[in-house]
Amino acid sequence: MIDREQVLHVARLARLELSEAELERMSEELSGILEHLDRISALDLDGVDPTSHVVALENVLRADVPWESLPRERALEQAPDRDDGAFRVPSPQA
Amino acid sequence: MTTENGWRQRYEPVIGLEIHVQLSTRTKMFCGCELSFGEQPNLHTCPICLAHPGSLPVTNEQAVRYALQIALALDCEIAPRSIFHRKNYFYPDNPKAYQISQYDIPLATAGRLGDVRIHRVHLEEDAAKLVHVSASGRIHGSGSSLVDFNRGGTPLVEIVTEPDLDDPATAREWLQLLRTTIKQIGVSDVNMEEGSLRCDANVSLRPVGADALGVKAELKNMNSFRFLERGINAELERQAALLDAEEQVEQETLHFDPRSGELTPLRSKEYAHDYRYFPEPDLVPLAPTEAMLSEARESLPELPASRRERYLAELELADKQATQLAFDADLGAYFEAALAAADGTTPKVIANWVTGELVASLREAKADDADPASSRVSPDALAKLAGMVERKEISTGAARRVLATLVAEGGDPTRIVEREGLGQLDDSGELEAIVARAVESDPEAAARVRDGNMKAIGPLVGFVMRETKGRADGGEVTRLIRERLGLG
Amino acid sequence: MASPTTSELLELTAAGALRRIDEGELPADEVFDAYAEVAAAEELNAYLWRAEPGTRPTPPSADESEQLRGLPVAVKDLFCTEGIKTTAGSRILEGYRPPYTATAVRRLSQAGARVLGKTNMDEFAMGSSNENSAYGPVLNPWDRARVPGGSSGGSAAAVAGRLAPWAIGTDTGGSIRQPASLCGIVGLKPTYGAISRYGMVAFASSLDQCGPLTRDVTDAALLLRAMEGRDPLDSTSVGIDGGVELPSREDLGGLRVGVARDFSHHAEGVEPGVAETFERSLATIEQLGGSIEEIELPHAEHGISAYYVLAPAEASANLARYDGVRYGLRVDGVADLVAMYERTRARGFGLEVKRRIMLGTYALSSGYYEAYYGSAQKVRTLIARDFERAFERCDLVVTPTSPSVAFELGARTADPLAMYLSDYFTVPMSLAGIPAISIPAGLAEPPGGGTPLPVGLQLAAPAFAESRLLDAAHALELAIDFQERPA
Ligand SMILES: [Mg+2]
Ligand SMILES: [Zn+2]
Repeated sequence: MIDREQVLHVARLARLELSEAELERMSEELSGILEHLDRISALDLDGVDPTSHVVALENVLRADVPWESLPRERALEQAPDRDDGAFRVPSPQA
Repeated sequence: MTTENGWRQRYEPVIGLEIHVQLSTRTKMFCGCELSFGEQPNLHTCPICLAHPGSLPVTNEQAVRYALQIALALDCEIAPRSIFHRKNYFYPDNPKAYQISQYDIPLATAGRLGDVRIHRVHLEEDAAKLVHVSASGRIHGSGSSLVDFNRGGTPLVEIVTEPDLDDPATAREWLQLLRTTIKQIGVSDVNMEEGSLRCDANVSLRPVGADALGVKAELKNMNSFRFLERGINAELERQAALLDAEEQVEQETLHFDPRSGELTPLRSKEYAHDYRYFPEPDLVPLAPTEAMLSEARESLPELPASRRERYLAELELADKQATQLAFDADLGAYFEAALAAADGTTPKVIANWVTGELVASLREAKADDADPASSRVSPDALAKLAGMVERKEISTGAARRVLATLVAEGGDPTRIVEREGLGQLDDSGELEAIVARAVESDPEAAARVRDGNMKAIGPLVGFVMRETKGRADGGEVTRLIRERLGLG
Repeated sequence: MASPTTSELLELTAAGALRRIDEGELPADEVFDAYAEVAAAEELNAYLWRAEPGTRPTPPSADESEQLRGLPVAVKDLFCTEGIKTTAGSRILEGYRPPYTATAVRRLSQAGARVLGKTNMDEFAMGSSNENSAYGPVLNPWDRARVPGGSSGGSAAAVAGRLAPWAIGTDTGGSIRQPASLCGIVGLKPTYGAISRYGMVAFASSLDQCGPLTRDVTDAALLLRAMEGRDPLDSTSVGIDGGVELPSREDLGGLRVGVARDFSHHAEGVEPGVAETFERSLATIEQLGGSIEEIELPHAEHGISAYYVLAPAEASANLARYDGVRYGLRVDGVADLVAMYERTRARGFGLEVKRRIMLGTYALSSGYYEAYYGSAQKVRTLIARDFERAFERCDLVVTPTSPSVAFELGARTADPLAMYLSDYFTVPMSLAGIPAISIPAGLAEPPGGGTPLPVGLQLAAPAFAESRLLDAAHALELAIDFQERPA
């Protein structure tokens, strides 16, 4: 149902490094789960509107009024790596 | 690359633009942090725009209003109910790892501006700023980047055109028109250099007469009008060369380097993009009410197209001038200000000064793209100067000198005229004496003029102008010379 | 009247303690201190953080109108609490101290309650047994070899084990109701939108809802009343129109109670003890004057399938922010950005979280969206419609809360699908966004015998009909008179 290659592709999309063992296990388990979930694709769903929300709200808007931002120290205090008032990451261009 | 334009007989360019406009709201799209420019990094963040666990977005009402104004100005159909989606991708400038954007039901569709149809207009949030730090002192390739979330979450309106443009210069002109339109509405600074207006171009070629579109390349972030034109030109040349060599154009994203004029493919990702769009469950639909729409409609100012009409019909400007002033936001605003300051001078004269002398002397003084609004010549000063010429208080030649001074150091034209003694010579005795000296100093020229060769009068007029520092009226000088030589 | 002994104090419901405080029989601080003591010494692994005994956090507003008089409340570790570590049961948030407090917790503080501790939970609220916590499983106070249910298992165990007078948790597909059922207490999932989600670490945004876990229905109403309401920081919050009345009803006269036999019988593995207890509850409903209506919920049996597409899909996006950039865990010494992401997330997330991220990413990925996500959204519509039709014929719907009593630790960890089926009865209400409550209905022997364990009864009502739901639950609670306590 979902083979090793697909699992690997999905893991890359999700930015998850999977060990060989996890890969094996994942494709087996996911296949089992998907088999169960596939029951819904057997239903006749023509003409049924999708529900992405159960609340019947529209136009919930916020006035364009500034609020107090976090002090920079608070914003940065949890950062695993920081430099010069900014969050530091390995360069995407490296 | 040699520019061999012969391909234009064989291929037809098809160009579409994707424009991102930063809105000038006070706060961000989905949180109350203040928008800021050029400040220290990370001074304007909160749990929402830093994507802390549990934080939720709330839509900025003003951003919706501004987006509606843009959509209406572009003659779009407003969706009765539009929704936000999550566009999923990992990147350090994208803290939630998804961008909240509108996808299959955008705010507005099916519009038009000038000759170009608008495909869609939608709202989204901007990414943060990522600064790449060089790897100096480190192992090669181990450079790092710094993330500043001040810009992250700035409201953006994305405008996508249909592929209706067929020429780089036209694309540039049209983008100018779009910029002016948005600037006039007052919802963005629309500054390409500062990034509040960003433009990508989708460019392809097809054989002349063909219906099917060719394979397109996407040109990213050309950050000036000139670069847009040059970038598209360069890409068209590249594609034409490929097609001529019977090679395939590949669908890819290219980055234009304005310094080298080279187009380089953005490093292709190891795997294709799959944004896994799905409806944003943290937000509810936007369903603009009649009140919201009429409010947006009523707050629209005069837009370029109708301004051009007014300039033609009411101010009786020439077609080209009317278009130039209506479609160039800065120039148009300058003209309107000068017009307001003018004291009896006709709009036509003011328009001539703005589009003619002023633009020319700014160009001369600086590089091209000189912006009157940021020059030292105030609209008041220009209007005053035009008035002085019209009332013959100074000569045209003297006025040019005054303008040169204004361009260089600004100031009040009346003072400059006084200071430099450039007032019109109305003491005809003084002028007659100079004319007499001119005739004496160049008997040869005088003789030829007397013999009917009017071309020879030049050096004599020139002498008088030099002596009077250009203060004399050219027509009056000619008349006096002829009189002196008995041609009366 | 003399002030109660510590063991008497720990048996009080919150409302009972408030009454004694108001009558001057019990100093408010004594309640907090007593619970801080037992929480500090607890052996169920119910807490991930506890207020130090003797250091009572001061409620922010000390005015007379505050109703909760400094009572302690246990808070699921899924709620952000400013300056207090918040892990969501995950390694990836180890050491994380949020710069802000969740609206629900802030409202409780404003009402005068004090945070006693942060309770253990399944990582990112994904689980039905609390075995998915990065900080070890929570033990069921009725039988420490068994699970307390999940994902709000820490909150449920704390309340049932007398380690907190009451607690709050979150329910996405049953995470309040199922552990309440397995621990023999009351658990309420309000209508979606009743309580703000701001500051509640997101699992599946369109389903997540905060709610109380309490000793009785009155306490649930008290906590709901303190927390519900529209929040400008949550665009999907609406509050409950007219507020929340404390329940007073003692009979069910005139109330039509719907039972969907078809739905109940399709359930795989409903234990005999659970089925018997459910039938007894139906008899009690009739004794109280309620009428049993046969209804149909034809699509409810597909709830699990729809839920295990929708929730993981939303979770895959919600958990993408844990990338090692701004807070939380980062695997050091990786020069490549993509590798940093991949290793950080691989190390920070547990197996079940990875499984659901994979499932959700797959369901949203190009080529599969319509078959999975699109179809699941349509099934959601059909389930919501089933309930609308049912509520034309009845005022409430009842089902067992969980197909089983508390199972043994490790019994289902090898079979994720079997674990997912624990939510069979609770998921349809979550998909429809309607309120549902689980109350203790009795004890039943687990299959294979052993000490009798609690069985829950689930009642569901139309959206925002919390008062009707609480009233009926209150009447049933009086009639059932569940007096058993864990040893
Ligand atoms: Mg965009
Ligand atoms: Zn912010």
